[in-house]
Parts: sequence; C-alpha cells; structure tokens
Amino acid sequence: MAETSRFTLHNGLRVVLAPDPTAPVVGVAVHYDVGFRSEPEGRTGFAHLFEHLMFQGSESLEKLAHFKIVQSSGGTFNGSTHPDYTDYYEVLPSAALERALFLEADRMRAPKLTRENLANQIDVVKEEIRLNVLNRPYGGFPWILLPPVLYSTFPNAHNGYGDFTDLEQASLDDCAAFFDTYYSPANAVLTVAGDFEPDRARDLIEKHFGDVPHRPAPPKRSFAEPPPAGEVRGHHTDPHAPLPALAVGYRMPDPVGELDAYLANLVLAGVLTDGDGSRLQQRLVHREPLVTDIGAGAGLFGPFEARDPDTFSITAIHSPDVSAERVLTAVDEELEKLAATPPDAQELAKVTARWSASLHAEHDRLMSRTLSLGAFELLYGDPSLVSRLPDRMAAVTGEDVAAAAKALRPDSRAVLLVEPEGGAK
Amino acid sequence: MTSVDHRSAEEIGRTATGPRPVPELGAQKAAADLSHVDTVLSNGLRLLAVRKPTVPLVELRLRIPFGGTAPLHAATAEVLAETMLTGTARRDRIEIDTELALIGGELDTVVDPERLTISGNGLAAGLPTLLDVLADALTAASYVDDEVARESARLVERLAVSRTQPRVIAREALLRHVYGDHPATREVPQAADVEQVTPEAVRALHTASVLPRGSVLVIVGDIDPERIAADVERVLGGWSSDASAVVMPGLPEVTGGDLLLVPRAGAVQSQIRLIAQSLPRTDPRYAALQLANMTYGGYFSSRLVENIREDKGYTYSAHSGFEFTGTTATVGVDADTANEVTAAALLETRYELGRLVVVPPTAEEVESVRQYAVGSLLTATSSQAGLASQLAALTAAGLGVEWLAEHPERVAAVTVEEVAQAALDFFAPARFTGVVVGDAETLAPRLTALGGVIVGEPGK
Repeated sequence: MAETSRFTLHNGLRVVLAPDPTAPVVGVAVHYDVGFRSEPEGRTGFAHLFEHLMFQGSESLEKLAHFKIVQSSGGTFNGSTHPDYTDYYEVLPSAALERALFLEADRMRAPKLTRENLANQIDVVKEEIRLNVLNRPYGGFPWILLPPVLYSTFPNAHNGYGDFTDLEQASLDDCAAFFDTYYSPANAVLTVAGDFEPDRARDLIEKHFGDVPHRPAPPKRSFAEPPPAGEVRGHHTDPHAPLPALAVGYRMPDPVGELDAYLANLVLAGVLTDGDGSRLQQRLVHREPLVTDIGAGAGLFGPFEARDPDTFSITAIHSPDVSAERVLTAVDEELEKLAATPPDAQELAKVTARWSASLHAEHDRLMSRTLSLGAFELLYGDPSLVSRLPDRMAAVTGEDVAAAAKALRPDSRAVLLVEPEGGAK
Repeated sequence: MTSVDHRSAEEIGRTATGPRPVPELGAQKAAADLSHVDTVLSNGLRLLAVRKPTVPLVELRLRIPFGGTAPLHAATAEVLAETMLTGTARRDRIEIDTELALIGGELDTVVDPERLTISGNGLAAGLPTLLDVLADALTAASYVDDEVARESARLVERLAVSRTQPRVIAREALLRHVYGDHPATREVPQAADVEQVTPEAVRALHTASVLPRGSVLVIVGDIDPERIAADVERVLGGWSSDASAVVMPGLPEVTGGDLLLVPRAGAVQSQIRLIAQSLPRTDPRYAALQLANMTYGGYFSSRLVENIREDKGYTYSAHSGFEFTGTTATVGVDADTANEVTAAALLETRYELGRLVVVPPTAEEVESVRQYAVGSLLTATSSQAGLASQLAALTAAGLGVEWLAEHPERVAAVTVEEVAQAALDFFAPARFTGVVVGDAETLAPRLTALGGVIVGEPGK
C-alpha cells in the first residue's frame, strides 16, 4: 500500500487519500463525528434511524436513486452507527470514483428529509430490531444490555438501537436539527482508498465537495463518568435463550489519550481468550469445563470505534448446572494470576502475530481498509497510525499486560446475568 | 432536540443552484491476470494455487466431499469437525494452537451434508508450518477419548443455542419440507445423536472419509504457485488412499407446491422462505438466469427489496440467491417480517415473481444488474480471502480461475431477451414451494386465505 496523504477543504472537510493500484476497485467513505452517544434523551436510536434516512434521497436524487446508482455502477454500499461516529461507504469499480464522490457530496449538501421516508424507515428499523434483538436468542447481548449496568449517564447507558416508543416519536424537525448540528463538512472525514490517481481525486473532491457550505462542528462533548464504586449487577430474562449467559464489563484506559495502556488491554484480551491455548479457553472451556464459549475484548463492537469511556468485556454462555459465581470466580483467579505473574514472551508473541496477520487481512479488504483509515483520522487525527499498530502492540510488555489484568477489579465492574425464560422454542 | 437555530427539513433539501447531474462512468480497467497452477497431485488431490501478493498473507481452503447416509453420519461428522484439530500423534491441542498462533495463523473445520471444509490463513512466511499442521491433522488426528467427550458435550449445548435461532429453525423446516429425509436436510445434527457418537466411530469416519482423491485444496496469497505445488506434493504425500472422497447422493428436483406454515408460538417475526429448481454455473443459460435473479431480489436495487422494504417497510432485509449443490442448483427467496405484515409480504413476494415473468426485466434493469454482477465480482475477489472462497466454491463444480476470468464476458454477452426467457423459465410462481415459520395462531387466517398455504410440521 502506498503512503496515505491528507488535506482539508475550505469548508472544514478532512480528506484522507490512500492509493493502491493492485485491483481496479476504489473505496469511498464518509465518517461523521456523531454516534449514538450524542443522541438526545427521549430519542434513543435516533443516530441509527438518521443513518437510514441519509439513503432516502437528496436534492439531485430521488428516493432509491442512491442504491441504484451505486449498484448499476457495479458497486456495493452500506452505513453503520457506532458510539462515537456514523459511517457511509461504497466500494466500486474504479471507473465509478467520481459518481461515488458525487453521491456522498450531494447528501452532505442537501439530503431530502421527508415525513414519508421517516415513517417508512421507522418501520424498517423496527424490523431490523425485531430481527437482531427481539426475535433472536441473546439478541443485543451484550452491547445493548451491558451498558445500562456499567454506566449511569444517559449517553453511555442507553440503548443505541432505540426503544420503539422513542423511534415512533422521532419528528422531521428532530431530523433537521440533527443534520444541521452534526452533519457539517467540518464534522466529517472523507476517505478514498484503492485504484485512483491522487491528483485527479483531489480535483474531483474539490469539484463535488468544495461548495458544501461550511457550518461549524459542534463543540466536543465529554461523556466522562466515574467508574462504578462497587460491583453492580443486572439481570435480563431472555425469552429465546436456551442457556444462561453472563457478561462482565469493566472500564478501560482512554483509547485515545492512553493508547499504549489501551493496547495492553487488547493484548490481555488475546491472552485470555484468543485460541485454544489462551488462559480462559484452556481453563473454562477445556480443563474444567464450565462454559460453552467465552470471549473477551475491548469495545462492544471491537476496538478503536469509541473515545473515552470505553468498555472491556468478558462474555460467556454456560450450562444451567454451572453457577455464574463459579464462572466469575474462575475469571477472577485467572486475572489475579496474570496480575501476579506476567505472561512470557511466547504467550505475547502468539497474540501479537495473530493481531498483525488479522490487521493485514483487514486491510486486504478494501472496504475495511477505507473504513479503518477514516475512523483513525476521525478519532486519532492520524490515519497512518493504523499501520503502526502492530509495532505498538508488539512493544506491549508482560508487565503492561499484568498491570491491565490488575486493573480489571471485581470491586468496580458490571455483571450482567442473562437467564433463559425456559420452555420457549 | 431543542436547538432553535437550525434550518427546516425542507430548507436543508434544496440549494440555490438546484439539482446536479450524475457524473458519467470513466473507463474501467480489467482485473490483473492471476498467475496460477491448477493440477492434480499423485494422491488424487486437486491443487489450485494462485499468486495474489496484496498483503504478506496466505489463505487456504481444503474441501473434502463428505457425504454419508448412515443414521449417525451427521452427528459423527460434526464431532469429527470439532475434534480434528484437538491433537495428533505429534502435537496436542495447545501445541497446535501455539504453532499456528506464532505464524499469525488459524485453521478451522466446518462440516455440512456435502463436504468437510478446512479453512486456514496466516503470514505467508508461515505457510510451511500451516501445511505441516494441516498434513498432521489429515494423516494423524488422534481423537483422544476425553477430547471427543468434551467437544461432544459442548456441541450438544451449542446445538441447543443454534436451534433457537429463527434462521436455523426456518432453514431446517424448509429443507425437510422440500427434501423429506434426504441426508442434505441434516445440516444441524440432533443432540441425542451426538450423545451416541463414540471416539471409535469418529476415528473410523476419518479413515473412511477424510480422503484426498476427489478433494480440492485452494491456496491464494503472496506465494509462488509453481513452488507451492512441489511443497504440497511433499508435505501431503503421506495423505493417500485408493478410495475417493464420498459424494452426497444427488438431490431430488424441487417441484412447486404449497407453502407450509410451521408454527412457532409467540414469535414476534416470521421467516418467509421460498425455493425453486435452478441452473448450475456450468449451464450456458446461467449468466442470463443470474441477471434475472438479481433483478428479482438478488441485490438491493431489486424489485423485491424496493417493494417490500423501501416502499412498504415490511422487512429489514429481503433477498433471493442461488444455492449450488453437487451438479444442481436452486434459487431461494427469504424475508423476515413482523406478524401483522407477513401475509401482505408473502402476497407481494409472489406478486413480484409473477411480475418478473409477465413484465420481464427492461433493458435498463438488465444494464444495472449486468454492471452490478461484474463489479461485485471484482470487489469480492479483490482480497485474498474473498478470492480463495470464490475459487473454492467454483472448484466444487469442476471450475477454476478461467471461469472466473471469463465470467465478465459471459455477463456482457447476455441479451435482454435471454434474461426475459430465463425469468419465464425459472421464476414462475408455480415453480416455487417453501415455508413460513411464525406464530401460526396470528398468521394462519390470512396466510391460508391467500391460498397455497397449509399449516403443519415439515417432513413426513
């Protein structure tokens, strides 16, 4: 991959270019610096609902035209809503680069927000929630269910998919206010990656985005809140789940301000649950065995998609014959062991080699690479940081991992217990 | 939202200069040629190795035909897949994981009624280790008693979880409704069968069925294909047998018929699943049928998605697509919908089938799907993992790199008339059957009133 370059348009739009001629395809993404943590009280799920509306037409394009133009150019597209950003993206044959830029610029400049489309997309989002949460075992576990136990303020604790009552009350004026506040070019990052000429791309970007009027980016909000003062517990009865499950949530170092400590937590997650030889897999799945599956990770959708505060979680599905307390005790014992005796060089090398390979694999998929560069520009102001992460990870020491394990304290965490309702088919 | 100093939705949606034209497409470059080796090794294994040095990694897919008709075959095969990488004569479970981890690698096994698939990846420099561990598992997996017992117990718990997934329930119901008791219906084994599987049975199945002859190994990545062929010949030389891997018995042809409403009490959403006989990729009419399918429901801008999602809001996702099995293929249609709109969604789904036949795809629709077919293939095969998976799927039909390289030309050559003919021949509503899984008490009155829907449990 060639060097990435960056520049900023007069209206404040930040641009990342990452040329790579190895396949005749190009990726275009726009990241807006707003996610579900910014949505107003009483409007849970609004950021995601709004993401749907951005596909429903603009000044130049009728409803459905966006999809048709991308696909009839041979491209694929989507968008997704995260705690701290919302992204929109397409990957197309490189001949369609200008079209993709046009499409993103047109909806950044003048999206068509209508009552009919809002009503239609509220219905679609409700079906999405039925599909992914309400009609499925462990739906929303743990990303919807754990935050209200671990956090106490609305931005951090609420359901990012949204409650049906809130969704139904969303108004067109809410949409207009949200757009004008958060969807300004100065609050966004445009990323172009893949097969293109940087100079020509720059001209095309200026041509299509240059006259999107500047509006100031909203002031950065802090979502800080203190970690829990003790162990807090929550219960959820799942009508579809056949087995009990639990999720443990801890607060982590600031992903942006304390990146190396955050990376130590990523290595820790690997040491705990990555592969048959990992600590918790060995003990809880294979040796004892207490659980069917166990996983640990930073961020409830993965790492590097949120600012502070972010969540370290451990999740497990276990048999009804095994109590949640036994699982928790075993987890705590393994964390204590790690805190007292740092992992050795080989254990760290296993985690970092897999991490490095998976990062390469992620970047081999143009869509993932485009999104990752945009997210790193948005959150860290440095897209090239992505390519330096394997070295930063490899520099994490056993002592760093021991310190990270020590910080996952039983007296400051959330435990969510999922109980099957029983009998449900 | 209380902010007062924002524009109205109407003001946001217009600018002083007004609407702008959509830019034309530029000239498109073709994908680079793929240097490759496609050969059959002395043990009967077909090897397809492709150079794609975009990242310093390698992707591997080994597909072993794995049919079986014995009553416990599905359960035994599932336990075999779960335990194949838990130890060999030379390495225990943790040593396998450690060696793979140190080359940034992984190996995974998955089994279905047709085949056992081993997928792997890692840093390209670690390919010798990846192949060595693979060869070790193929020739000397030990299936020690306590690993088999423990994985079987885990599997029983996982099956319980799996069988509560609406899509799994719907899939099982569809297969049983269409294929009765054919082995193809046993994608998810019964927990009671898994409990009966012994380590001896797993070892016996490995000896009888984990065979190179008839299997295909695909390797894609930052490699030299010519050299790989010699390496694989050497490393996998000890994996040999005169017997051929076991092919699943052919599927009976799907004929149209009633939909079965399968009760799932209390469900808040229903799964609509339709199926009809289709054409394999080797058929000369395949490209035309591919475009007909895309027009119907094979991409987001299709008639089905525009109707039941974007116009009516009945579903989050609706989709139609092919499924290739042995030398045959089917086309399936699926949508998940809220109870109140399930009957209406089924009506529209059938309406769009009928409309595809009597109001065939227009030239504009065909151009759109033609571009999409070519472009999405370019995108899907632009990564090592995507290319490896695509090629592994093609090899099942005896195809390879050439088919992939030539497919854009086939798609370009299809005429609008051929697409219309394919729609007429394969999308007539009467050719379809299927299931709706959902809360029968709520759904039955309207669904049965539509006609062609009966209530019952699948399979006889």
